[in-house]
Amino acid sequence: MQKKLVTIITESILEQMIVDDLKKIGAKGYTIIEARGSGAHGTRNADWGQNQNIQIEVICNDLTAQQIIEHCQKNYYSDYAMVIFTTDIQVLRSDKF
Amino acid sequence: MIENLKDPAIIFFIIGLLAGIVKSDLKLPEAIYEIISIYLLLSIGLKGGVQLAESNIFSLIIPAIGAISIGLIIPVVAYLILRRIGKFNRADSAAIAAHYGSVSAVTFAVVLIYLDKIGVKYEEFTTVLLVLLEIPAIAIGIFIARLRASKSRVSYGKLVHEVLFGKSIYLLLTGLIAGYILGPQGISPVKIVFFDPFKGALTFFLLEMGLVASRRLSDLKSAGSFLIIFGIVMPLISGALGTVIGYYTGLSIGGTAVLATLAGSASYIAAPAAMRIAVPEANPTYYLTSSLVITFPFNLIIGIPIYYWMSLMIH
Repeated sequence: MQKKLVTIITESILEQMIVDDLKKIGAKGYTIIEARGSGAHGTRNADWGQNQNIQIEVICNDLTAQQIIEHCQKNYYSDYAMVIFTTDIQVLRSDKF
Repeated sequence: MIENLKDPAIIFFIIGLLAGIVKSDLKLPEAIYEIISIYLLLSIGLKGGVQLAESNIFSLIIPAIGAISIGLIIPVVAYLILRRIGKFNRADSAAIAAHYGSVSAVTFAVVLIYLDKIGVKYEEFTTVLLVLLEIPAIAIGIFIARLRASKSRVSYGKLVHEVLFGKSIYLLLTGLIAGYILGPQGISPVKIVFFDPFKGALTFFLLEMGLVASRRLSDLKSAGSFLIIFGIVMPLISGALGTVIGYYTGLSIGGTAVLATLAGSASYIAAPAAMRIAVPEANPTYYLTSSLVITFPFNLIIGIPIYYWMSLMIH
């Protein structure tokens, strides 16, 4: 069954806020991974609290994916380090997501 | 001042700084940094609480009012300097100002060790002053930011939560209360964990801070010369204010030096986290560079002896 995988890479300080947002939008679950890397906001190598990144992964349907992207774009894109992309994926138990 | 350099904590800070400059691959795991910072905050709180249990709690009322007023005055002064003279935009000015009102617990620990080393006594309730200065300073910083700059839609409730229950204030405050309840008797079984290795842990932590600061050295260029000068002059202004208020609220020479150091120090743990949420449009490079790369090393190496000298002069 076809679903969307939304991947959000952003500053770890936003974790709680985005998790709350995801629940409101209607995502049924998410996975968070600690991450580090480099981009437009310089190297974020997680050497201390203010410099940590997270990668949030959400499996959801097309509509929810669109809402997540629009919400993040509106609220966080201008001021925070954030990259979002989506991937088409196949899942086994489609009702779970 | 040269005498001040002969301290393990300061020497290790410089070792960390050097490691970054010579591009050594030295890196402490994030978990170690987390554990040591939690340990230091808890230990500072506990020690303060135990000392408070042994002192007369009423004697701290007037100095407490002094500390709160410092916390209210500094961010406003810093904001005006940054906005009027530095020509920073409102968001950046407010965010940087909050950092200078807010305090650095590590700088506080270092001034206590400095005073112990030269044999100067200070009041038992200095840790309470630390907490009392920190809370209004961050709060007023957020308030200025909200009033003058931010379009952030994060609710005040969430910000108050961040100020009161953010990791540093929470640990300091609960440590303080726990230490007060336990008293010297109750704390003795865990003394060997929380008090005795404190200096060693602080030394370790400063090695890490040296590393972190050195990695941000390249940001000095984008910070600009005004911010570099501000990072040195602002602590001296705040330190002088702390000295005057310390003197007039009846603190001893040591206590005044501690209050001046608290006033002169800038936060780099609690304030950046609070400001990133409260004023997202402010550029973190500015406030992190000025507080961590300029003001923190300045206070550690040169500032503390100056604040002590200021206190000696006024008494």
